[in-house]
Amino acid sequence: MTAIDPTAHLTAEQIEELGRELDAIRDEVIAGRGEKDAAYIRKVIAAQRKLELVSRGVLLFSMFPPAWLIGTAGLSVAKIMDNMEIGHNILHGQWDWMRDPKIHSTTWEWDHVSPADQWKHSHNELHHTYTNVVGKDNDLGYGIMRVDEDQKWHPFHLGQPLWNFINACFFEYGIAAYDLELGKNLNKRRRKNPEFRARARAVGRKIRKQVLKDYVIHPLLSGPSFLPTLAATFTANLVRNIWSHSVIMCGHFPEGVQVFERRSIEDETRGQWYLRQMMGSANISGSKAMHFMTGNLSHQIEHHLFPDLPSNRYAEVAVKVRALFEKYELEYVTGPLPKQVFSAWRKVFRLSLPNKKREVGTPDREQELVAA
Amino acid sequence: MVTTPLLPSDYLDLVSPLRAGADLRGRIEAVHPETADAATIVIRPGRGWRGHTAGQYVRIGVDVDGVRLWRAYSLTSPTNRQDGRVTITVKAIPDGKVSNHLVRRAKPGTLVQLDQAAGDFVLPQATPAKVLYLTAGSGITPVMGMLRDTEFDDVVMVHCAPQPQDVIFRDELHDLVADKKLRLTEVHTDTDGMLDIARLGELVPDWAERETWACGPAGLLDAAEEHWSRHGVQERLHTERFRPGIVVAGDGGEVTFSATGKTVDADGATPLLDIGEQAGVLMPSGCRMGICFGCVTPLKAGAVRDLRTGELTEAEPGVLIQTCVSAAAGPCDIER
Repeated sequence: MTAIDPTAHLTAEQIEELGRELDAIRDEVIAGRGEKDAAYIRKVIAAQRKLELVSRGVLLFSMFPPAWLIGTAGLSVAKIMDNMEIGHNILHGQWDWMRDPKIHSTTWEWDHVSPADQWKHSHNELHHTYTNVVGKDNDLGYGIMRVDEDQKWHPFHLGQPLWNFINACFFEYGIAAYDLELGKNLNKRRRKNPEFRARARAVGRKIRKQVLKDYVIHPLLSGPSFLPTLAATFTANLVRNIWSHSVIMCGHFPEGVQVFERRSIEDETRGQWYLRQMMGSANISGSKAMHFMTGNLSHQIEHHLFPDLPSNRYAEVAVKVRALFEKYELEYVTGPLPKQVFSAWRKVFRLSLPNKKREVGTPDREQELVAA
Repeated sequence: MVTTPLLPSDYLDLVSPLRAGADLRGRIEAVHPETADAATIVIRPGRGWRGHTAGQYVRIGVDVDGVRLWRAYSLTSPTNRQDGRVTITVKAIPDGKVSNHLVRRAKPGTLVQLDQAAGDFVLPQATPAKVLYLTAGSGITPVMGMLRDTEFDDVVMVHCAPQPQDVIFRDELHDLVADKKLRLTEVHTDTDGMLDIARLGELVPDWAERETWACGPAGLLDAAEEHWSRHGVQERLHTERFRPGIVVAGDGGEVTFSATGKTVDADGATPLLDIGEQAGVLMPSGCRMGICFGCVTPLKAGAVRDLRTGELTEAEPGVLIQTCVSAAAGPCDIER
């Protein structure tokens, strides 16, 4: 936690007023949801499927280098679209209002080794509820890293730049392990828990299907292009993993993002919950294409305020949310992707070492509170 | 395995949504206005369509403002239509989301979701010698399906509508009359007043000898059922209701949708279908009036009340409830 509370200047009434203003933004979008939004997600899904189909078709001839390059690029983009703009957002229930059983959070499955229902629990219920609360939100370093001074240092953290790099490369497996809470569940007693074993088996089945498709069936279908296709799907998975890892790191780890103590969320009001989401998230600035490829997680702040609003609406919501940040004199953390990725990585490196003395104390903060 | 986690059909749907083996859908091919507030929708059903019997209805899922809504409408096309299309005829009712959309905004080319034709408001195998159709408003639609499909020896129709221009299929009915294939009495309720069922004998003296099909608002059907019963000929009367019956409400309770993991408070008057939809649960639905059984869902625990009769249903293994006409009667658990 930074020494100075950046929300100290707000009174309780102001925080509740802020909450009401955010509720109004949300209500406006919900009232305006309609045919255009439905057409948008259907178009994206159709485009993703066509792109994947064509890319895999091209990869049948991947022994020819141009085909390999085009097919791999196409498949990488298709996998990113599947996970980010489509899967993540559908699994949030952003499109449940359409009542289309084929595009619904309870029926959707994605091109990812973590089964949708397990991811929904750890992501939607835990991370989005306890956002950036130390000890409650496992997304803060995924249980393998220290990303805030308030998290206790351990010699294990010396290796965290390496852990983070490995996690980036195999991110989907990292997420599957994380959704299973492997770290906690691998001790002898918990390992035998039938509920855990059932979930582990479900992950095993999903991994088997994914691996069989990407690394056996499609390479076999390619005949003489077996090895190039194998390399292509591996590359596409790697690109997708590193890309989504980078985007997601930018959501909560860059400098300027706040974390919270467990005590601070006791009896939290709606306004205070909103404020925590505002201070605990960071955006990525960029073009429309950039927003699309991040699954609109470039609007992480807006997504955390309104996780179930359709992703295509975050851009318009962002304008209004940013105005509220200004009105209430709060810092809207945002920046281009390279800057934010660099900032997050720098933190991973810096916090691999124990805190320096001057960062531990909180006299500055007390002074600030007194002044307020 | 090749397409996991999707199915090959997810890709085939992109190019051929009406193919055999696909979920049953249809494509709207034309919309023909019938009256100021009614239109006939021509639909080409997918290859899986198994046909219908005259008088039956079809459940249709339409995206209105991006939201999939299901309703049931009578089929009005003859069963032997050469081009394989079917038609439904829809009257826009005030505040009716789907009916207004279909009548005023539906565009040719739009895909709709379909279910197989259903309903027992149909003629028996052997066409009865003497038939009476007693209809009002859009209640004429299933009857039109029968008139277009069957040659009758002796058929009389009594149809109620506010004004002459509100009579759906008026020209076609008058053509049938001119060809002496139908005897028709139009009751224009704006000028003639409501049909007094006790005086039906003045319009159709031999009504009690006729096999009768009646379709229209609840008031007309209730009166008809009473009239036919009083004369001891209730077995000759067949009715089809387009609106849910009387609402009986009690105390509500906490409703759990266990498959989705949502719990909400429900009053005793709101159908569980509405409660579920408002909570974002994926609820199957259909006619929303308790006739089509498109919404049946297992009741895992607790009790529900049938809003038409007040009857309580308690959870037991295998108990299915119609969520569109059932409300919570205390805490209950719906498997959705």
